[in-house]
Amino acid sequence: MQFLSYLVNGISLGSIYAVIALGYTMVYGIARMLNFAHGDVIMVGGYIAFTVMTTMGMPALAGICAAVLVCTLLGVAIERVAYKPLREAPSLAVLITAIGMSYLLQNLALLVFGSAPKSFSSVIALQPLRLFDGALIITGETLTTILASAAIMAGLTLFVNKTKVGHAMLAVSEDRGAAQLMGINVNATISLTFAIGSALAAVAGVLLCSAYPSLTPTTGAMPGIKAFVAAVFGGIGSIPGAMLGGVLLGVIQSLSTAYISSQMADAIVFGVLIIVLLVRPTGILGKQTREKV
Amino acid sequence: MKIRSLNPNFRRRLVTYGIVAAAFVFIQILSGAGLLTNSLSGQLVPICAYVIMAVSLNLTVGILGELSLGHAGFMSVGAFTGAFLSVCCKDVLPGWLTLTLALLAGTAAAALVGVLIGIPVLRLQGDYLAIVTLAFGEIIKNLLNSFYIGRDSAGFHLSFKDALSLGLDDTGEVIINGAQGVTGMPRSASFTLGIVLILVTLFVVQNLVDSRTGRAIMSIRDNRIAAESVGINVTRYKMIAFTVSAALAGLAGAMYAHNFSTLVARKFDYNTSILVLVFIVVGGLGNIRGSVIAAAALTVLPELLRGFSDYRMLVYAVVLIVMMLFNQSPQFAAWRQKLAAKFRRRRPNRKEA
Repeated sequence: MQFLSYLVNGISLGSIYAVIALGYTMVYGIARMLNFAHGDVIMVGGYIAFTVMTTMGMPALAGICAAVLVCTLLGVAIERVAYKPLREAPSLAVLITAIGMSYLLQNLALLVFGSAPKSFSSVIALQPLRLFDGALIITGETLTTILASAAIMAGLTLFVNKTKVGHAMLAVSEDRGAAQLMGINVNATISLTFAIGSALAAVAGVLLCSAYPSLTPTTGAMPGIKAFVAAVFGGIGSIPGAMLGGVLLGVIQSLSTAYISSQMADAIVFGVLIIVLLVRPTGILGKQTREKV
Repeated sequence: MKIRSLNPNFRRRLVTYGIVAAAFVFIQILSGAGLLTNSLSGQLVPICAYVIMAVSLNLTVGILGELSLGHAGFMSVGAFTGAFLSVCCKDVLPGWLTLTLALLAGTAAAALVGVLIGIPVLRLQGDYLAIVTLAFGEIIKNLLNSFYIGRDSAGFHLSFKDALSLGLDDTGEVIINGAQGVTGMPRSASFTLGIVLILVTLFVVQNLVDSRTGRAIMSIRDNRIAAESVGINVTRYKMIAFTVSAALAGLAGAMYAHNFSTLVARKFDYNTSILVLVFIVVGGLGNIRGSVIAAAALTVLPELLRGFSDYRMLVYAVVLIVMMLFNQSPQFAAWRQKLAAKFRRRRPNRKEA
């Protein structure tokens, strides 16, 4: 029963990683860049929800909506100001700009909200679920996180595979030049990708802070890195890969914290990543590309 | 002998050494005149360490062309090995010998770890290689965070659990104490040592780059398949570059450790790796002199911005973004060219003069 409880917690944590990883993987697939500022968008989402709910005393739904709205605008603005001018530049230049963006967001948050941790009040008012006569208790946060993430993943898969805009995104990620020749507005598609990714980051931020209620300017950094690892784990650029990678990562982390050592949990997560990449160099669901001369 | 008649590579090198030497003299004069603030003089050894880090990372990223996000891991291996050795020997050997041994041991340990990590990592390519180096960096940090070693009359004791499970007797002392790190190193690193080690690093890296081996490494960066097809052993040269880079990072770490009396593994997380990466990209990939200048300038910048106190990291971030946009975006490049053309028209004989 203990095992089941750890497993459920791992799946819950993993679904948050998966939602964040989706943002990473979509941006990578379409813009071919590692958006290091993505983790900090999560933090911004958390702070916006905190401000609306705790400081202004509005209901949780308003907090979530505000977080999603602000993060979407923020994501699009970041792309427009910092990444778009560098679209033809070497990838390292874009990476450093993204790192600069990440510093900028963290330090803005530090100036506005201070370095003292804010205690986030959970947006979820569900009673814990008691199974097997109370032997297995699943908190409302865990349950909602899993359900919300599953809904997001299903919705995103449908959106990408069934709508015209989603097809445009796939086309741009396949071949930007050819997509443009087919009449797809590449700039609009990239903006849309950033918008969706950042909106997902906002949701992930609210879920993360509900489950782990201490909010600081660096809250987003480690989950961001973990989600990045999850995206690579599943095969970066692949949407189902990001989901699978995220959930697996969460489960591995939860189980190794419980059974091996809490200090070594991160080392084990990264160790598994290395082993997976050595066996499958492009991740679990990544496309194997053959090298042509 | 006229300086113009020298081999251009050699001349370029001399200029770099000259810049470092000039910086040394300049700082010595400043400190002699008492113009150096306390916070800045405390930063001198770390600045030297970061310069070495930047030059060594440039070997992997700029010369070999593989993005590494775990360079701080090698630094921490060097730092902890050096600190461990210093604490062990500080009562037995004279100070200078302890320091020399610590620097050598740090370098050697980091080189060894570099080989061990390089074997799996260098099989991968591009962003996957980058994420695996990041993973290794974090693993090293985690392992050091839960690593305990102590010494008593019976010899050394190791543990990965806690200080108690070392089972030391009354004479025992814990040397590496997990997340609390190492304490009680002699603070024997000086600015002069830092400058000497920078010169050693520059000598090693620039000689490597200008040698036959260096050309082989750069050919892998420019086109791996073409390099392989003319008979260059890609794995071997990648390993050479990666290991030298790791060893020099270990040297930087060992020196860094001797500037503080406590050392914790948390200090060497991916933020440090990324910081060094920022130095070399700002300084210009593959440009050794650029790395030296950028590492020194960008470490001093936050210190100089101390007047802005709360805003200094904000300013740093904005400077970073604006600098990248200014250097790399096509619009800015076009604008710069226009400006340069105007400038040239005004002074037509500048080139010939």
